[in-house]
Amino acid sequence: MEQHSDTFLDNASKALGNTAQAARRDVIAAFAPLIRSAAIDGFADFDTLRQHVKRVRQHSLDHLEYYLGQFEHEAVHNGNHVHFARDGDELNSLVLDICQQHDAKRVAKGKSMVTEETGLNSFLQRAGLSVMETDLGEYIIQQAGETPSHIVAPALHKSAGEIRELFQARHDLGSRELPETVDLVSEARQVLREHFLKAEVGIIGANALIAENGYSMLVTNEGNGDLCANLPRVLIVCTTIDRVLPLAQDATAMLRLLVRSATGQSQTCYTSFYSGPRRESDVDGPIETHFVLLDNKRSDILASDYREMLECIRCGACLNHCPIYSAVGGHAYGWVYPGPMGSILTPLLTSLEQSHALPNACTSCGRCAEVCPADIPLPDLLRDLRHEENSKKLSAPRWRLGLKLHGWLTRHPPLYHALTSIVIPVLHRFGRKRGNFSHLPLAGGWTSQRNFPAPQGKTFMQQYKAQQKRIEERKHER
Amino acid sequence: MNERDQKHSPPQRKKRVALFVTCLADLFRPSVAFASIKLLEQAGCEVTVPLRQTCCGQPAYNSGNYEEAVLQAQEVIQLLGGADYVVVPSGSCAGMISHHYPAMLEGEWREQALELAAKTFELTVFLKDIARIRPQRKKSPPKLPAVVYHDGCAGLRELNIKSQPRDLLRELSGIEVSELQQSEVCCGFGGTFCAKMPEISGKMVDDKLKDALATGAKILAGGDLGCLLNIAGRAERLGEDIDVRHVAELLCHDLDSPAIGKGR
Repeated sequence: MEQHSDTFLDNASKALGNTAQAARRDVIAAFAPLIRSAAIDGFADFDTLRQHVKRVRQHSLDHLEYYLGQFEHEAVHNGNHVHFARDGDELNSLVLDICQQHDAKRVAKGKSMVTEETGLNSFLQRAGLSVMETDLGEYIIQQAGETPSHIVAPALHKSAGEIRELFQARHDLGSRELPETVDLVSEARQVLREHFLKAEVGIIGANALIAENGYSMLVTNEGNGDLCANLPRVLIVCTTIDRVLPLAQDATAMLRLLVRSATGQSQTCYTSFYSGPRRESDVDGPIETHFVLLDNKRSDILASDYREMLECIRCGACLNHCPIYSAVGGHAYGWVYPGPMGSILTPLLTSLEQSHALPNACTSCGRCAEVCPADIPLPDLLRDLRHEENSKKLSAPRWRLGLKLHGWLTRHPPLYHALTSIVIPVLHRFGRKRGNFSHLPLAGGWTSQRNFPAPQGKTFMQQYKAQQKRIEERKHER
Repeated sequence: MNERDQKHSPPQRKKRVALFVTCLADLFRPSVAFASIKLLEQAGCEVTVPLRQTCCGQPAYNSGNYEEAVLQAQEVIQLLGGADYVVVPSGSCAGMISHHYPAMLEGEWREQALELAAKTFELTVFLKDIARIRPQRKKSPPKLPAVVYHDGCAGLRELNIKSQPRDLLRELSGIEVSELQQSEVCCGFGGTFCAKMPEISGKMVDDKLKDALATGAKILAGGDLGCLLNIAGRAERLGEDIDVRHVAELLCHDLDSPAIGKGR
């Protein structure tokens, strides 16, 4: 997918200017945390489960090669083909090869952020295939020619009205007007049915790979994943190597965290396990099944100080609780993964050079880490990326210099106090009548949005030292 | 221990508290530091103010200049290491000292940072949970207007500060505290964030201000000057009628000095 993370501030500015969308984001930002906390409060001991799953995830990552090997062995035993792709290009080529081997022209796709990451759709389309997204949200943004704005709800930025207009423009509706939301859904369902039946290849993602039995697990609320998996002749599961878990019970334990954190449900409508191709006794199912397991820098992350990021289960809770994501929406982040998790993953999966604004889109408020079901210290990792940004001198020189100077001054208290005892009283004198400044040199970032409160008077240190001196003098007089 | 036993037991040594003023209180709002001293003394503590203090190092640390932040942390550790308790009228600076110093230092320095962390408290936590301040007898609190309380994020999540300032406002000052709808959402200050990403920060502080105004409270109180300068500055920009004050001032019943950002 094309990347626009380097223009984050401009993207954000544009997003804030779209007041209708911004207002919708405000409603979602107030609503999403409520449904999550209701689901989690109703669950016996979320935190114990969270710690358990964290240990399992850490263990799986510590022994990633072993469990990937076990998964591969079991999956092949079940009749699957297992491929490993080093990067996005390799994944795309592998998938195209499989499609071409089967003379496929039509692909039905379930939701997969991994294939967004590799740009699979446009790659297959350039090779002459027709690719149809079948998750309702993905279908909507595909029709609109847009990209996902949320990792769980890709069309979160679209209103029902916008979707109606889109269908009116793209579908042959005749005299039908689709007045209600339910009409929009059934319209999409009718259109998608055709594609499920015609497609020769189905592509889906996976929430987990289970090493002990070689199955993949997928949750959806629409059942489109199952239709993609069972109706076309060929099934390709695209996911990343870090999804592997040792046992089926680990996957279901993770699921209890994932669904509650993502949508506030206790369970999604569909939880599916895919074992392999149709067996002789089966009445349906694909005749050939493939797993394409993508690395794309996951091995590098595993070996880095950011390895905890691989424990992310893609629930989207950090997005839903991030005030900055809520303010600017997912598109502003300029790539596949937005919000706190995206601000860490984007620099790691692309480059810090083209995305170093993202780790700065954080006030260290800590709300993301508080709700993260994988217990990832997201604000710490974001700050570590800012450290890298600072070390690589990617941040604005005036900021680096300013902070360095400030740091140096604070480590020379007499000088610091001498300087502040000159500047602060001057500021006070100029500002005391109004109590604040609407403009102030060197504080343009601050005063573009708010007035600058004037200091109350002399610095505390000035006043305190004078007070102590008076007390001393009085003692002497006695 | 009941009251009778207390009378007969030998007088306890006063708790010796070093006040870490914070740079924002030092420069912008000395009344917060003076109020803190008064409250600590009222709670029976002996207060000292180490004179070589400046800043805890958050700006450098949060901007990713760990090397500079480590040097600043070492200065602060050396300065405050000798005190029985260190009290800080800011959740984020207290969190910096008690959470982030140990995390960013190694070896001997880390040991010292952990020692300092164990005796460092945010003001309202110290007053309520450690010093157990009581209302002054004979003196009934003046009738103060209702306030809405803003929780600073670091205090809320790193130090679990939630009930302490509210309890103190009620017990010491008889103040009714009303709550923001989105009380757990950041006000958009975020240290250098507010200047690096002003537009986003502006939207966030606007939301916070609207939330506060909707409660009808005439005063917004909080424990972190960063947030308060941000919210007060936005209120002044929009000409909204709300006083923004640090909780320490309200606990001292100090309403004489103009609210943050207000003129004389």
